Amino acid sequence: MIVRKRSLARRLLTVDMPVVAILMFALGPYAWMFLTSVTEKSRLFTEGPSLAAATAENYIRLFRTVGFWSNLVDSFIIASGTVVVGLTVSVTAAYAFSRFDFPAKRWLLLQFLVINMFPIVLLILPLFIFMRQLGMIDSHVALIIANSTIAIPFSVWMMVSYMNGIPRSLDDAAMTDGCTRIGALWRVVMPLCLPGIVATGIYIFITSWNEYLYALTLGGRNVRPITVAIQTLIGEYEVEWGLLTAGGIIGAMPATVLFLIVQKRLISGLTQGAVKG
Amino acid sequence: MLSPAVLVTVAIVFLPMVQTAWMSLHDYILYRPKSFDFVWFKHFVAALHDEVFWISLRHTAIWIFLTVPSQMLLGLATALLLNQEFPWRGLARALVIVPWALPSVVISLMWVWIYDSNYGVLNDFLLRLGLISKSIPWLAQPSTALYAIILTLTWQGFPFFAVMILAGLQSIPRSYYEAAAIDGASTWRQFWHITLPGISGVLVTAVLLRTIWVANSIDVIFVMTGGGPGYATYTLPLYAFIKARTNLDFGYGSALAVLFTVMLIGLVVVYLRRVGKAVQS
Repeated sequence: MIVRKRSLARRLLTVDMPVVAILMFALGPYAWMFLTSVTEKSRLFTEGPSLAAATAENYIRLFRTVGFWSNLVDSFIIASGTVVVGLTVSVTAAYAFSRFDFPAKRWLLLQFLVINMFPIVLLILPLFIFMRQLGMIDSHVALIIANSTIAIPFSVWMMVSYMNGIPRSLDDAAMTDGCTRIGALWRVVMPLCLPGIVATGIYIFITSWNEYLYALTLGGRNVRPITVAIQTLIGEYEVEWGLLTAGGIIGAMPATVLFLIVQKRLISGLTQGAVKG
Repeated sequence: MLSPAVLVTVAIVFLPMVQTAWMSLHDYILYRPKSFDFVWFKHFVAALHDEVFWISLRHTAIWIFLTVPSQMLLGLATALLLNQEFPWRGLARALVIVPWALPSVVISLMWVWIYDSNYGVLNDFLLRLGLISKSIPWLAQPSTALYAIILTLTWQGFPFFAVMILAGLQSIPRSYYEAAAIDGASTWRQFWHITLPGISGVLVTAVLLRTIWVANSIDVIFVMTGGGPGYATYTLPLYAFIKARTNLDFGYGSALAVLFTVMLIGLVVVYLRRVGKAVQS
């Protein structure tokens, strides 16, 4: 054992240093963005971003003059709405996929993975026409429906892998005791896969919070989520980098925090789906 | 109540696709909504004679075959490192994932700022190291624009590989390595005969998912360069999107999207035949 234990110096050189290098690559751009966001506009082009004389000026301007607050609210409404719609559909659909046998089940389930293969353009165009006919362009509902179309396939895939882990005999026992199918789902299966549901919900929240192309195409005037709002900060003649990076930091915050909370579960869901599939 | 859920899912997901395929067989320009003429495969034939189509196709190939392997190699290296034992491993594992959670708009703008030709940190850095003699407008010159975006996407996607591979690494029993070490196998041989077979399943899946995502991801390109300068950063899905969004030519745009999808499915089938078989045997 003693022979195989590496010395501290060697570990520092072969493990810690490379990890630090990779982390610098991974986090460097983010840190740079943060530095830029706390640098005063007048100093940015003369001395460059720095922590010395850090200021919250850009953040204050972002909320006072640009009206970033309403963009955050828009993003929040859309993302939460998508979580509700997406979870309702994918939990019930996943239950059906997990518990019942019906023709073409395996094929359909595979399609949910394959659907990721289709360019988002393929979905945007018909959705745009559909929403226009209904007069729903530039509304929260339009974006919630649109985001659901991206989120649902993968959520179903994830939820099926969680539900397959819960023995069928539990459903049967519940139904013998007088529960209906729905009752069995509601009272037995759902509580048991609550961690999976939470992870899936957060996954949906993150994807719709970060979504950009739908928001650009189907929203824009009345409804302007942060992703679109940040991009419109690019002026015609000059780019307000301080403002832009401040927007980026705030816009990235919710998804990043949620992600750090849920990452273990999310990843095991991803890999389980992949291994079992 | 449950079969409706399946039906809704199928409707939400598949109907738009069928509609796109249907649109691709028609002349459909959004500002002339009355004319919806069936034109058979006119758009598809037109695409084959369209120079921009071939440019975009070439870029799509470069895009996929450079980005996915770079993401994978970097991800593999990261995973192998994060699987070693060191005191702050938990923290490092949590932090490395950050690029993946950021909104792509934020990522794009962040890198536009880094690549900026006057004040960008990359030019500044390279100038100070003496690697270049004057600032390079990375995104504004056709010869570097595509590769600059590929670097951005590599940065965004490598944590995904790292995390998937790490999960695979953890499923390999320690005893395998101990046995191999007793038999005198070198680190390299251990990697080749234990680690690689152990993670091959995860690797195949991750490469498949990533290829599909990378091929389709247009938001980063769209925000960073909008396809320019000229056609220097056009990929096929982006071309389809721009056709529909800017020219409002939904018929031709759909045809491009369908064409691209068919090619991607072809690529995936070939991949699964070759690699899937090699792994199973």
